[in-house]
Amino acid sequence: MENSRRSFLKVAGITALGVGTKPVLNVFASSGGHVEEPKPEVSKNEKALTAKKWGMVIDTRKFHSAEDLEPIIDACHKIHNIPELPEPRHKIMWLWEDEYKHVFTHREHELVNDRIKHLPFLVLCNHCEKPACVRACPTKATFKRDDGIVLMDFHRCIGCRFCMAACPYGSRSFNFRDPRPFIKEENKEFPTRMKGVVEKCNFCAERLAVGKLPACVEASNGAITVGDLDDPESEVRELLRTNYTIRRKPDLGAGPSVYYIV
Amino acid sequence: MLELALKGDKKYWGWIIALLAFIGVGFAVYLKQLDFGLGITGMSRDVSWGFYIAQFTFLVGVAAGGVMVVLPKYLHDYKAFGKITILGEFLAIAAVTMCLLFIIADLGQPMRAFNVILYPTPGSVLFWDMIVLNGYLFLNIVIGWNVLEAERNNIHYPKWVKPLIFTSIVWAPAIHTVTAFLYCGLPGRGFWLTAILAPRFLASAFAAGPALLILLCLIIRKVTKFDPGKEQIQSLAKIVTYAIILNMFFFLCEVFVVFYSRIPSHMSHLQYLFFGLHGHGALVPWMWTAMIFMGTSIVLLVIPATRKHEGVLAFSCVILFIGAWIDKGLGMISGGFVPNPLHHVTEYVPTIPEILITLGIYAIGLLVLTILFKVAVNVKEEVGGLKDSCESC
Ligand code: SF4
Ligand code: SF4
Repeated sequence: MENSRRSFLKVAGITALGVGTKPVLNVFASSGGHVEEPKPEVSKNEKALTAKKWGMVIDTRKFHSAEDLEPIIDACHKIHNIPELPEPRHKIMWLWEDEYKHVFTHREHELVNDRIKHLPFLVLCNHCEKPACVRACPTKATFKRDDGIVLMDFHRCIGCRFCMAACPYGSRSFNFRDPRPFIKEENKEFPTRMKGVVEKCNFCAERLAVGKLPACVEASNGAITVGDLDDPESEVRELLRTNYTIRRKPDLGAGPSVYYIV
Repeated sequence: MLELALKGDKKYWGWIIALLAFIGVGFAVYLKQLDFGLGITGMSRDVSWGFYIAQFTFLVGVAAGGVMVVLPKYLHDYKAFGKITILGEFLAIAAVTMCLLFIIADLGQPMRAFNVILYPTPGSVLFWDMIVLNGYLFLNIVIGWNVLEAERNNIHYPKWVKPLIFTSIVWAPAIHTVTAFLYCGLPGRGFWLTAILAPRFLASAFAAGPALLILLCLIIRKVTKFDPGKEQIQSLAKIVTYAIILNMFFFLCEVFVVFYSRIPSHMSHLQYLFFGLHGHGALVPWMWTAMIFMGTSIVLLVIPATRKHEGVLAFSCVILFIGAWIDKGLGMISGGFVPNPLHHVTEYVPTIPEILITLGIYAIGLLVLTILFKVAVNVKEEVGGLKDSCESC
């Protein structure tokens, strides 16, 4: 029941985007009697990109300065209607940059080489294997999909911010005020949020559903790769096999799905 | 019995009107918060819980502390407390009421609060906290009311109340334990990630709650004809003494572990609170004040001569209460968020609107407390409060 509601939302989202050409939802009208409960049958968009377990590899060797990251961050924030709020403490970030010592707090040491020391790193939700945010949420407004993506239901969130306290990576933002007046150019294909709810990177689930790669991947000139961590043939697995990668705070056991080549 | 709260002298009504004024202001500012969002508070992306949740945490302690008069009476048959158990129960009602209001005030979408019930999530500690808090409120209302009514009619309270009383005795530590579990199970917050957090919460609760009760007893003696009793106050004082010593001990255990192990993610929060971090130290003077207050109160409470002197005792209770409030209502929550998971320091200071809403909620709590205590005390006066213990219960 839970799942069908979500799938419905997802599907409704796709149709609203005007992409679903085929009927994606078939509800067989029941004629009473003993027939089984009519179940909504959901079929995926044929072009949808799918994976058993989504993951991301960021090749930080391809970045040199904050300028290299800017277009990537902009791409994400633009299509997801992230507001630019006047008050720093109200800031909303899905994808941002920070220094090595802040991103990899458990690996930081003073004598790290110059390149790493001054290199800006991309930071985003890790779509954890065991997400602390999901465990903490009292309403299941934040939930993990079977394919590993951790999502938000903006309409269910009560804004208790338990998930923000729980996330060990600081990945979540809260709408301290109505964000709509502060969205520069609204992308009509993605919902805006209301005040009082939490949000974060959604792995571009809305784009994957219609066969598009995440916006950051598209804007990264090949520096960011996403794919199926469970598929040994996938591009991300190839990258992980042939490069030394690190994850954030691995000792916490959360199992981040975002890997960094350094 | 509620009609008893409608009869009072000028002072009584003056006090009620003053409280109503605070409630009115708080409510008006809350409407503003509803309209604008939680942005009118000092909270931020980094310090995402602030004053409201801190007051909530502190008051859960006060509510749980009420059990310290109920437990000796019913488990140890300590008759003297029979006279004041009702005060402990009514204090718990007022405190839990405030707790629930603080949670509502802290929600970004309060209209959706029922989602917690519509989509029950037993994996979330907040779900359990909701259950234990409402349960405790319910228990105390039912017990308090029935016992008092029986006392008024000079009969024994109904039999079915007794199991509820025992339940409430177990329930009281549970509410504060679950509240501690809200924090101490979170993986990335070194300040809270410690098994001593729940014991620490309980110790500070069993100090601050009864300390407040002592003060309330002294006030009641002054403004009414009912005398809660010297022995009762002294017994409470001993409970407070042991509890505050335990609280200090638990805290020092934490300090040892944190600073001897020198694990930065655990150390940095205490460093921030007591010494400041990277040039930020808004809470430093507060935290030291709390330590000095609690330390001084220990000295004054341990020495029998000062403990037995009611003036000094009152003073000890006041500073202890303030100390415990700073420790929990100021340091405990924002301290856990500074530095943030990326080791950045964003400080938190509550804003004026936030403080006004907080005062409004405290005023509601005091109003509930005043009305309930008025009823209780009038009943006691009716049946002759000069009796040393209440035989009927
Ligand atoms: S990084 Fe944080 S928000 Fe993202 S899934 Fe993990 S715990 Fe949740
Ligand atoms: S703020 Fe929303 S998503 Fe986060 S824990 Fe609360 S209800 Fe769940």
